[in-house]
Amino acid sequence: MAADTPGARGVPDKQSVTMRIWRGDGTGGAFTDYAVPLREGVVVLDVMFDIQATQAGDLAVRWNCKAGKCGSCSAEINGHPRLMCMTRMDTLPVEEPITVAPMKTFPVIKDLVTDVSFNFEMAKTVPAFAPKPPDADGKRRMFQEDIDRAQEFHKCIECFLCQDVCHVIRDHEENKRNFAGPRFFVRLAALEMHPLDTNNRLELIREQYGLGFCNITKCCTVVCPENIHITDNAIIPLKERVVTEFQDPVVKLWRRIRGQR
Amino acid sequence: MEGYETHDYDVVVVGAGGAGIRAAIEASAQGARTALICKSLLGKAHTVMAEGGIAAALGNVWPEDNWKVHFRDTMRGGKLVNNWRMAQIHAQEAPDRVLELEEWGALFDRTKDGLILQRDFAGHRYARLGHVGDRTGLEMIRTLQQRAVHKGIDVFMECTIQTLLKDGDRVCGAFGYWRESGKFVLFSARAVVLATGGIGKAWKITSNSWEYTADGHAMGLLAGAELIDMEFVQFHPTGMVWPPSVRGILVTEGVRGDGGVLRNTEGRRFMFDYISDFFRAETADTEAEGDRWYDDHHNNRRPPELLPRDEVARAINSEVKAGRGTPAGGVLLDIASRMPAEKIRRRLPSMYHQFKELAGVDITATPMEVGPTCHYVMGGVRVDADSTASTVPGLFAAGECAGGLHGSNRLGGNSLSDLVVFGRRAGLYAAEYARSQAGAPRIDAGQVDEAARAALAPFEGTGAENPYSIHADLQQTMQDLVGIIRRGDELDKALVELEALEERTERMTVTGNRQFNPGWHLALDLRNMLEISKVVTHCALARKESRGGHTREDYPTTDPHFAQVNHVVRRRPDGGIDLREEPIPEMPAELKALFEEQK
Repeated sequence: MAADTPGARGVPDKQSVTMRIWRGDGTGGAFTDYAVPLREGVVVLDVMFDIQATQAGDLAVRWNCKAGKCGSCSAEINGHPRLMCMTRMDTLPVEEPITVAPMKTFPVIKDLVTDVSFNFEMAKTVPAFAPKPPDADGKRRMFQEDIDRAQEFHKCIECFLCQDVCHVIRDHEENKRNFAGPRFFVRLAALEMHPLDTNNRLELIREQYGLGFCNITKCCTVVCPENIHITDNAIIPLKERVVTEFQDPVVKLWRRIRGQR
Repeated sequence: MEGYETHDYDVVVVGAGGAGIRAAIEASAQGARTALICKSLLGKAHTVMAEGGIAAALGNVWPEDNWKVHFRDTMRGGKLVNNWRMAQIHAQEAPDRVLELEEWGALFDRTKDGLILQRDFAGHRYARLGHVGDRTGLEMIRTLQQRAVHKGIDVFMECTIQTLLKDGDRVCGAFGYWRESGKFVLFSARAVVLATGGIGKAWKITSNSWEYTADGHAMGLLAGAELIDMEFVQFHPTGMVWPPSVRGILVTEGVRGDGGVLRNTEGRRFMFDYISDFFRAETADTEAEGDRWYDDHHNNRRPPELLPRDEVARAINSEVKAGRGTPAGGVLLDIASRMPAEKIRRRLPSMYHQFKELAGVDITATPMEVGPTCHYVMGGVRVDADSTASTVPGLFAAGECAGGLHGSNRLGGNSLSDLVVFGRRAGLYAAEYARSQAGAPRIDAGQVDEAARAALAPFEGTGAENPYSIHADLQQTMQDLVGIIRRGDELDKALVELEALEERTERMTVTGNRQFNPGWHLALDLRNMLEISKVVTHCALARKESRGGHTREDYPTTDPHFAQVNHVVRRRPDGGIDLREEPIPEMPAELKALFEEQK
């Protein structure tokens, strides 16, 4: 293939690279080195495929779309939570070994595959979308400017890298009982800001989902491969809504007058 | 044999893309105890990669649009060998299914009036695709996924179904393994819905993921179901071509729908040189007319970049062969000179991101290099148009793994609508069938033992064959010999090579243990890919004409005989393949008339 010509369009000079991959299961494991030839334009996931095909047929890796759209191939590459399919080898310092480790926040199943069921269980607890009645003619009208924000949240590919990097649960297993994590703040914000939704989840967001644990370090925003402004656009507005709902003296007074709570 | 866990359900849905989840939602709503089983995590199925949109004649942008126009477009896109009844149901029900997604929380892009915005796509007379930028599939799968979760449907994730179990003539269950542990699991069921997607992982340059290994097609065939029109494989005209490692990744047709044009390396908009007689009357013959069409559909004809996918893919292939392609073997898709950068980033955000990150190309400034990539199979399990029932009692199929709707070529946008229209019907009729079955399904231990033995065989192998190399060779064979342009002698050669590959699988050995072992999983998926690759090749040999997604260099035109037939395939007990021609179902007069009046 003509385009394989070395030197064309940013081909790395180095001929091979050492991949230092965590191998093991729930009972333990260790990093193993694999020497892999470097091909033009490859991403980390391609290198994993090379290793599977030629050196370790049983290397466990999750993947699907290979184009940053499904959020399956999350891992920690040189310590950074990334999608393997969107991390080009020529952006990494290939003269050193490249480490690839499973997401730390979730229990290891095998090699780079972790047990992310925490997220699927949490999803079950989120009160469903509950739309208001349609317009008189049976249609539903929403204007683009009113859905722009919620559409940003719908970009989430559920890679769970934000959950992985969030220090509230990364280093504190015990917090998982009381903290939903950035992924779910994005989901809850999407529902809260959906122009048609009628459910109020603010009590849950404060109590069960532990929004108060977040101290806005923005780690989640930094790792989001979809560039969702998790902290600024989802978490902070939710915090404001919670404060308004539960602490605002005017709201409290109004409720007392109206005989609520 | 070792013990295995068992579950009993009324309806078991295999596959959790758009069709599978929609089927499970419906079956469950009908009161059936329903299981949804998927090879990956929930929400990662191929549907998530669909980009451009979902076709439905909502008439929000062009009030003239209606189901009859959509029906006609679908039939013409498939070169009229589609199952007319499926195409009719699809066009009639798609709008309701789209509105239902909105009812469940989906946020489609809006018109100025606040309704669902629709975009132009190839082969659709009017702007018809509801969309969310270029990530419509993500919106759809997430909406369906959340609906299914809130309805409390039992989901079995990372669980691969390997074999359908039979009780006499009817399907009574499914047997497979947990990918995480490698342990076996059995589902007894009154009805099974296949929603396993496609077969594209058998080709080398493909937009399809590891999951697309023809599982439903092969399991259906082995269980006695008929397959239809398996020669029709769609090569999407625009996949990425550079760098080599991303070759085949999809570039949405929305780029052309929004005004993007194709040029060769001489700068020519070459699609004007490839307008076939079939579409000549409705296609612009000058660039000026094509450009005017975007704003005025009434007084202008559509640009040839928006011909159906089969036409555009063949044209690109010819340009590259004629030496007017890029060094990497593609042509140029230019949106940069056609639209302001800001609008490109808003309309095509994931294309912008994909090219920026993977190819280092800024599509608001530079054309994209694109070429054909294996994308979709029109053929599939033969189903009853209304009920999605296969020819085996208790077995239903919907979505890509079912055949008939798209004829010889699928229009873009008709897949997402197919999934929800026929996914719903599959769930509905599977639940109804399950209700009609009085006794509990009887599981035959012999069949289970046999399936378990077959699954473990690769661990007991002593041969030197490795599943990854057999798979790579299979992909090369299908790419070279059963690809976008086919020839009788090459198809014959493919059958010989497929035979040899099958022999090699007998000497296949996998390393490691049963816990999350991709080598083992591939070894098992290979059986399905090989089986269906043979079927595709046989059908391609038999159709001695060129039509839609099937192009024969040795029979370059359409043939009046083949215009009247579908290919139907069954598997003989000895493993051989019976292929027969069946006349295409006769269209009623009122539908036929649609093709007269709108010429």
